Amino acid sequence: MTKQWQTVCKVEDVTPGTGVCALIAGKQVAIFRTLKEKKLFALDNFDPFGKANVLSRGIQGSIGDDLVVASPLYKQHFVLSTGKCLEEDVTIPVYHVREVDGVVEVAA
Amino acid sequence: MSKQRIVVVGNGMVGHKFIDNLVTSEHASRYQVITFSEEPRLAYDRVQLSKYFAGSTAEDLALTTESYYQDKGVNYVLSDKVVDLDFDNKEVVTASGRREAYDQLVLATGSFPFVPPIAGNDQPHCLVYRTIEDLEAITASAQQSKVGVVVGGGLLGLEAANALKQAGLETHVVEFAPRLMAVQLDEGGGKLLRSNIEALGVRVHTQKATTAIVAGEQYRYRMNFSDGSHLETDMILFSAGIRPQDELARKCGIDLGERGGVVVDNHCQTSVKNVYAIGECALWDGRIYGLVAPGYEMAKVALSHITGGDQQFTGADMSTKLKLLGVDVASVGDAHGNTPGCKSYTYSNDVDEVYKRIIVSADNTRLLGAVLVGDADGYGILQQLCVNKMDLPDDPNALILPSIDASGAMMGLDSLPDTAQICSCMDVSKGAICCAVQNGSQTMAEIKAETLASTSCGGCTALVKQVLDAELTNLGVEVKNDICEHFAYSRQQLSDIVRVTKVRSFEVLLDSHGKGHGCEICKPTVGSILASFWNDYILEDAHIGLQDSNDIFLGNLQKDGTYSVVPRVAAGEITPDKLIVLGEVAKQFHLYTKVTGGQRIDLFGAQLNDLPHIWRILVDAGFETGHAYGKSVRTVKSCVGSTWCRYGVDDSVGLAIEIEDRYKGLRSPHKLKFAVSGCTRECAEAQSKDVGIIATEKGWNLYVCGNGGMRPRHADLFATGLDKKTLIKYVDRFLMFYVRTADRLQRTSVWLENLEGGLEYLRKVVIEDSLSIGVELEAEMAHNISNYQCEWKTTIENPERLKRFSHFINTDTRDSNLAYVVERNQIRPANEQERIAVVEVIEPLMA
Repeated sequence: MTKQWQTVCKVEDVTPGTGVCALIAGKQVAIFRTLKEKKLFALDNFDPFGKANVLSRGIQGSIGDDLVVASPLYKQHFVLSTGKCLEEDVTIPVYHVREVDGVVEVAA
Repeated sequence: MSKQRIVVVGNGMVGHKFIDNLVTSEHASRYQVITFSEEPRLAYDRVQLSKYFAGSTAEDLALTTESYYQDKGVNYVLSDKVVDLDFDNKEVVTASGRREAYDQLVLATGSFPFVPPIAGNDQPHCLVYRTIEDLEAITASAQQSKVGVVVGGGLLGLEAANALKQAGLETHVVEFAPRLMAVQLDEGGGKLLRSNIEALGVRVHTQKATTAIVAGEQYRYRMNFSDGSHLETDMILFSAGIRPQDELARKCGIDLGERGGVVVDNHCQTSVKNVYAIGECALWDGRIYGLVAPGYEMAKVALSHITGGDQQFTGADMSTKLKLLGVDVASVGDAHGNTPGCKSYTYSNDVDEVYKRIIVSADNTRLLGAVLVGDADGYGILQQLCVNKMDLPDDPNALILPSIDASGAMMGLDSLPDTAQICSCMDVSKGAICCAVQNGSQTMAEIKAETLASTSCGGCTALVKQVLDAELTNLGVEVKNDICEHFAYSRQQLSDIVRVTKVRSFEVLLDSHGKGHGCEICKPTVGSILASFWNDYILEDAHIGLQDSNDIFLGNLQKDGTYSVVPRVAAGEITPDKLIVLGEVAKQFHLYTKVTGGQRIDLFGAQLNDLPHIWRILVDAGFETGHAYGKSVRTVKSCVGSTWCRYGVDDSVGLAIEIEDRYKGLRSPHKLKFAVSGCTRECAEAQSKDVGIIATEKGWNLYVCGNGGMRPRHADLFATGLDKKTLIKYVDRFLMFYVRTADRLQRTSVWLENLEGGLEYLRKVVIEDSLSIGVELEAEMAHNISNYQCEWKTTIENPERLKRFSHFINTDTRDSNLAYVVERNQIRPANEQERIAVVEVIEPLMA
């Protein structure tokens, strides 16, 4: 089954370098916009280590060549494009995200 | 060939040193070692014993571990005292009846505290100060006591007095001699030390001989003195010197000195073949050495003789430097000027409470001794001049006069020979330190690990650091201190860059001085630097991605993703009306409520959606943000002070409120905690704070760089008897200097420990304005103060900002993952098991 694209918010609602959380089909999705290239990424909002829905509130950055977000609870890094954790052997779900006419859309 | 057996009787500092030297030497494989201790634990650092009262544990004080001994094949028997020696069969016999054979026997039985023969000295709260068990007994006794007396005003007695003071007792020192530390100090030094110590609230009674300890009227005991006077106290600590522990040797017929001590020769051999004595039990040339450095030297000498070497013990330098009750004291060589024909130079300064005297040879070419009180920075150089018999500078005044930098310009370290002993405790030479630097050590920590220099008493720390820095400079090494992979700069360097280039955004700084995209380390660091220089509202879009969640949402993130709310309650003073508002808010939003250590009220469990509503009510009621979420000034704790307290000397609450209002919102490398106490009873615990202020009859005393937490540190007394204006000037300068120069997440304590020149240097910068930046620092602080804004007030007045305060951007729904249970009539987050039974999410009662 193909997932439906769902409108989330205006793209300027996501300040570059920060994230927001959206409720999409019952799932909590963390949407990030990068500081330099203003690119969008979407990951699950649930921090598997802290067991809380907080990843959208983490600080973005890069480790080596990977764009990452650091959990605000215990600072593990998750790669924005793959959901892979750099410290532990854990990968969290990633979702499709795009910008259409100034609007952020997610398929989850 | 079978291994030789060495039995070491006593596992104190010196016994352990002998064993450690042996097992790490090339001879290790030829010997089997067994050691006995009557104490229940292996060797620990008696030099640092008073740290036990400042929070160190027995483990912190340990010099070794059982697993280390096991790894090295050292056999050890604890809590079993050697009570007899059988020289014919070459065996030792213990209290439990155990017999062990030896080929070589080393007595390292140490000493015991001398308790003067006073009637009544054996009562329950009459204690001594030597072992960890003694400290445990002192702690237990102190808990049932208000007043404590130390008998003995020597080095150990003053350490013991410090322990009693730290335990919160009214503390007295009773000394038989006319002055304190009569062995190490001359009259002038002893006098100044006394006045310094009395200023700290310790009562000193000299020329008092105790004749009896009887039941007291007001307190537990009464001490009667020979002059007819008396003193009442709840407990008594005897610290009137040590006596060599020679009981075993005496029983077995080994030669002793007339007044005790096991007689040894230059090889530390006793009168019995194959039996050695080292440390405080050994009597060499009619002397007992009660310091650890000569004991370590003896350990080396005895080992050398056993393994066929030829080292000899030829006496030891008894110079000492230490901090007693916060006062720096040092004594070098012939401190009393007993050498015939010697002359002296004296510098005495009652204002800064500094006394320095040097004793020079009759022809004015050699340094023979020195006494330093109040400022012992010159100790390293003076001790080197004395021990190495180096030429005095043309003008020996320079060695004690304050205007001249005694360590640098006048006598460079280059002039010290490589053989100069820098650390006497661990016997580390200048050459050894330079060698370690050449082999790659670049920090004090590495030097300590590599050479062991400065790991015992710490008196040589400044000198070791100077040698390290000089050698690094010689090698042309630049020390790297990058904060993360994105910036090849330390926090201080980044701070300078921001100040000089007037950069106002992270992106610009990253483009000009960094690489990559930043991270959770450099972003908040730069955010904090930007905030401390420009004090822009931190939720500006340009800064928002730099902030930790705590700073963005102006609350403390808790484990379940909710936040805690802590309004500022300056100095802990709060009106009943405001207290009621806090209670009402907590009830309305179902918040868990707890009083904090900083005299505020913490409301836990606030969801993002509720934060603006909560703060609207709080701001309307006159509350401001407490900055509990930020690396910034937290609270100024206070006691109730002279307005109510019978003992209060000054208005601590008034000053605390003024200070909290002055510095609130100041961004810094780490959190800052303050306290103001209204008298020396110190109910506000100011000495455990970054900035602590205590009222005295003579004015405010300022303490700096203390902290509680994971690694507690007592604050250092920085300045005394200040009026309010001077006090605030010093605090302004101190804080801005720290904000400017400290590394990320470096608290004031660690910052000070890493500050070259330490407390003295800090005093010079802040008090004497040696860098001529005082005006600039004050101006920066004034700028910060004038730019202060309550972040929550700014936030709730701006609808754009408020958009962020929603868990979801596309719906008002709340986080369904939150679950609470009720415990002691309040909510707390449900744990994993409790979650299985579904717990209802509590919705706030929106008014």
